[in-house]
Amino acid sequence: MDIQFTEEQELLRSSVQRLLRDQYDFDARRKIVASEDGIGHEQWAAFAELGLLAAPFSEAVGGLGGGPLSTMIIMQEFGRHLVVEPFVETVVVAGGLVEQVGSDAQKQAFIADIIAGSKLWALAWTEKGSRFDLATVTTTARRDGDGYVLTGEKTAVMAAPWADYLIVSARTSGHRHDRGGVSLFVVDRRVANLDLQSFKTIDGRRAAEISLRGVRGELLGKEGEGVKALEACRNRAIGALCAEAVGAIGELNAATLDYSKTRKQFGVTIGSFQVLQHRMVDMFIAHQETLSLMQHLSLSLRDDEAGVSRLASGAKSKIGYAGKFVADQAVQLHGGMGMTDELNVGHYFKRISSINIQFGDPAYHVLRYAQLDAVA
Amino acid sequence: MELALSPDDAAFRDEVRAFIKDNYPEEMRVANPETDLSKEQMLLWHRILHNKGWIAPLWPKQYGGPGWSITRRFIFEQETTRAGTMPPLAFSVTMVGPVIYTFGNDAQKQKFLPRILSGEDWWCQGYSEPGSGSDLATVRTKAVRDGDHYIVNGHKTWTTLAQHADWIFCLVRTDPTAKPQSGISFLLIDMKSPGVTVRPIITIDGSHEVNDVFLEDVRVPAANLIGEENKGWTYAKFLLGNERTSMAGIGRSTRYISRLKKIVKAEIPEDDPAHLEFIRDIARVELDVLALEATELRVVAQMARGIDPGPAASLFKIRGTEIFQNITELTHRAIGNCGLAIREHPISANHFMPGPDYGHTATEKYLNSRKLSIYGGSNEIQRNIIAKAVLGL
Repeated sequence: MDIQFTEEQELLRSSVQRLLRDQYDFDARRKIVASEDGIGHEQWAAFAELGLLAAPFSEAVGGLGGGPLSTMIIMQEFGRHLVVEPFVETVVVAGGLVEQVGSDAQKQAFIADIIAGSKLWALAWTEKGSRFDLATVTTTARRDGDGYVLTGEKTAVMAAPWADYLIVSARTSGHRHDRGGVSLFVVDRRVANLDLQSFKTIDGRRAAEISLRGVRGELLGKEGEGVKALEACRNRAIGALCAEAVGAIGELNAATLDYSKTRKQFGVTIGSFQVLQHRMVDMFIAHQETLSLMQHLSLSLRDDEAGVSRLASGAKSKIGYAGKFVADQAVQLHGGMGMTDELNVGHYFKRISSINIQFGDPAYHVLRYAQLDAVA
Repeated sequence: MELALSPDDAAFRDEVRAFIKDNYPEEMRVANPETDLSKEQMLLWHRILHNKGWIAPLWPKQYGGPGWSITRRFIFEQETTRAGTMPPLAFSVTMVGPVIYTFGNDAQKQKFLPRILSGEDWWCQGYSEPGSGSDLATVRTKAVRDGDHYIVNGHKTWTTLAQHADWIFCLVRTDPTAKPQSGISFLLIDMKSPGVTVRPIITIDGSHEVNDVFLEDVRVPAANLIGEENKGWTYAKFLLGNERTSMAGIGRSTRYISRLKKIVKAEIPEDDPAHLEFIRDIARVELDVLALEATELRVVAQMARGIDPGPAASLFKIRGTEIFQNITELTHRAIGNCGLAIREHPISANHFMPGPDYGHTATEKYLNSRKLSIYGGSNEIQRNIIAKAVLGL
């Protein structure tokens, strides 16, 4: 199994590579991260212009019909350049949810603006007690005329400070952990009774704690079927994050190998020490395995296979652990340099650490992988 | 686990415990003492210990040490780390002090030792250079004799807390023609000397602990040379031996495990399958600590009977650092989604952090602890030492 990429896909990859090479080297990224709002508006416009924000959407909603494979190609390159802009949150997660469960009117209203690059989105599902469980929701939504009113708290919502719209999971019936009774709502992020406390994240992004005090929301999908929609959405998000991790792993390995061939101690390059050679062989093997698993998952997502949820959890876990191993060793083999803010190695380490939290850590997903086997 | 203590030693332990309880400054109990305290705050406990005569457990009585047995030194170390007190600056008290009283002349002892004990002088370590990390013997910082002075030129790096330092002890090359180890001297340099520049290095946790130190035509009195010219490697190795003694870090690991348990209890309900997994992971690391502590106690007991511990320090360094890295990783995992957040530099401002207080420094500790397996002789180097010196490979 090895994906033979189409000409179109190769073109997508090379154009993303060219764009990032020209506009997103490590210094450019550093400036973006240090800027007031921490996001590259010019870069986002360039992504839109190149069609990246349209790539995964179906042609029916105005996209390019590239599906999960185009997401994989884009995210691998974004991982290599540590792109901070919310492609996953806006296009893959929110855009994907609207396309999956939204009404025709919602698709029309929202997806065109995403593709044009004029609106940013975030998904608010995590709560203080929820950890990584999509169904643990205490935020409530109460019917009010032809709409809903939302009340509750969401925690560590990635990209929320940048977002124009939020998709919020809230309970329309049932108890705290019930799978049924959770629904999804589109919320205007800037309304008065929505409080947002921003903070910086470990990987140079922005996230926020969100407090909803009677905020009007527009139902997205069917009432009570939010968890089901979120599960499919999480699979796609995992596909994107895994590709990003694989991109980062590849860069860490290349940087470490390069360093080991030039850094001299005891009169020889450190790459001549057998203990470090074996370490780098293990890093290479980790990259190969994660690359394969990433492709496997992307194909399964494209074909919407029956076991895709289980595979997504398996990949999130395996690639998460492998990424952690590679990141640890890349820092270790770079010595003190690997600890500095100045070198990019530590920043890959931090992005991988962050990926390992988003949508569930490797320990959570290995267990879910096992449990889904028992169900099947 | 405790050493079998004589009644006298047990009384001593109780005295130390009570002294810490009554005297440790409340303002030093901040979220992350290593990065959050000013120089003056860091020195508070140092001065209290100095007044009590307990600042330098390692030092012989004649130079201001308390004259403790190996057992009492160990008890003191155990009690202070268990209580989470900030240790006195190691570069001053544990590193350069013993070099000065062991290899320095009388004038140097009189000049420097009292000021180290009182905390008046803050020392930093000028060992590593950009090209000399694990392979320290290749240092290139040059010291050329010019009458009563040396002219020093070079670049030291990873210099911990140099931003606070009054003095730096440096390995410098005085004989460029000799074999690497044979041309090194040990020189004490006043940080206020013209030509000394300190540049901060910010690390991945966002903190400023380490620095580059540039030395440009720095004039250093020849009186600041320790011991003999070109014998510096001997003194340097003596010092590194001291650096690695306390790296088992049992007290610190024990404290962080008990904090981790509280976090897990608060964060992860018992019916969550992750709970059992954390319980098991924590138990495993507790057993790691137990085994290392037992090893440390065994070595201390042997040392008390006059047996040379050999490179036990390397074993403590390897396992102590691996264990602590594991604990900080588990803690970061335990706080779940809040692990995405990182505190901005606390000295500059008090920015908003999500989640309960106990998680606010978990991310930075997790990141910062990656340094442990790199510094003080990387863990790879420590394994080489054991392979060679113990296993005879």
